[in-house]
Amino acid sequence: MQQIIDFLIRYRNAVVYLLLLSLALFFTIQAHSYHQSKVISSTNSLTGGLLSWSNNLGDYFDLKDQNELLLNENKRLRNQLSASKEKIKRITVTDSIPVDTTYRYRSAQVIANNYSLRDNYITLDKGNENGFSKDMGIISSKGIVGVVEDASERYSRVISILNSNLEINVGLKKSSHYGSMSWNGKDPNTIQLTDINRLAPVAKGDTIITAGKSLIFPKGIPVGTIKDYTLDQSQTYFLIEIRLFNDMTNLDQVYAIEHLKKEEIRSLEEPESKLNQQPIDE
Amino acid sequence: MNNTLVINIVRFLFLILLQALVLNNINLFGYINPYAYIIFIILFPFTTNQVNFLLISFLLGLSIDFFLNSGGVHASASLTVAYLRPTILSYSFGVSYEHQNIKFSRMGLKERLLYVILIVFIHHLVLFSLEIFNLQYILMILKKTLFSSIFSLIVIFIVLTLFSRKN
Repeated sequence: MQQIIDFLIRYRNAVVYLLLLSLALFFTIQAHSYHQSKVISSTNSLTGGLLSWSNNLGDYFDLKDQNELLLNENKRLRNQLSASKEKIKRITVTDSIPVDTTYRYRSAQVIANNYSLRDNYITLDKGNENGFSKDMGIISSKGIVGVVEDASERYSRVISILNSNLEINVGLKKSSHYGSMSWNGKDPNTIQLTDINRLAPVAKGDTIITAGKSLIFPKGIPVGTIKDYTLDQSQTYFLIEIRLFNDMTNLDQVYAIEHLKKEEIRSLEEPESKLNQQPIDE
Repeated sequence: MNNTLVINIVRFLFLILLQALVLNNINLFGYINPYAYIIFIILFPFTTNQVNFLLISFLLGLSIDFFLNSGGVHASASLTVAYLRPTILSYSFGVSYEHQNIKFSRMGLKERLLYVILIVFIHHLVLFSLEIFNLQYILMILKKTLFSSIFSLIVIFIVLTLFSRKN
């Protein structure tokens, strides 16, 4: 016993170092796995408050650009609205069941945005009390941004599309070929898409949209355009470089998409997933 | 002694805020950020108990991790560089550093440069290896380490010159 104590005292630096290092590595490994509640997170009230305070200071500088963005979006939405009103006029509704919506949108502001790391996160100024919760899709007026991974009372953390842990089902706008998109960590303006069959009509400049196969994003959220493409080693799938519509380095106002029928769809899928031994969530 | 304690607490808080609110948002060429908070580790009194030093460095790194959502990468890097600091010190200032009550500001320029460069480089190498966490991307790790180290060194020397006390 005495020897053990002597040993610990003599090598106390190394012992303390190894203990703390294993704790830090534990946090690191936890951070590299998706869908796990994390200890180290910017959504706590101290860091969240500081980030939101510093964001408030800088907010006035790009008010003009943000106004422009919102105006453009309003213009586009008004055009869509008048077009769909025209359509509705021509259809006589015979069904007595009211048409209800599947998605609800909420707005939030980005208070911290990383894009220089391998795995990037975004912090928003809204949390549980504003209806934000895990697995909501986040978009900006131009396109896809990320998925809410964790929400505290007043802040939420979004896993950015610029993160190796996030894969999103997207595809070509002009045909129904879908693949999975994930970032290779290099350029924050381009993102990589794999698993598109070589028979798909791929051309430079084509638009990529979300596939709508998950409960997170509805179909048709714009992602980007095809910048370049090659065939993979097996010569059966395309490796596509997408130029994002969104400037991920300059995000301010974003929208969260809540799927209102999520529980209902999950309850339908659950028995099947138990059969396949594949849990849908977590 | 009390004065040193106060200076170090203020420095600790100031560097965390500087890093989290200013330096993390620079993103030069899209991906280069300076990590100047390790000035705390560079300047921390050389004669303090090593165990306390390890604990404080760990807390420093962890605070940065909280802001960046990066798990424990800054904590690991700060801790490692703090653990290796006695070795780096004796390598750059000679073995006798322990017996003399040396201060950073009183050492020769060449020794100081070597000491700071070693600390920054080791810190950044551990940091980016853990952040990217994939040996496939070893070139990216080295590239990020090199460019970020150069940028960090410039910022660190600017901060050190600005806040050096002339005595």
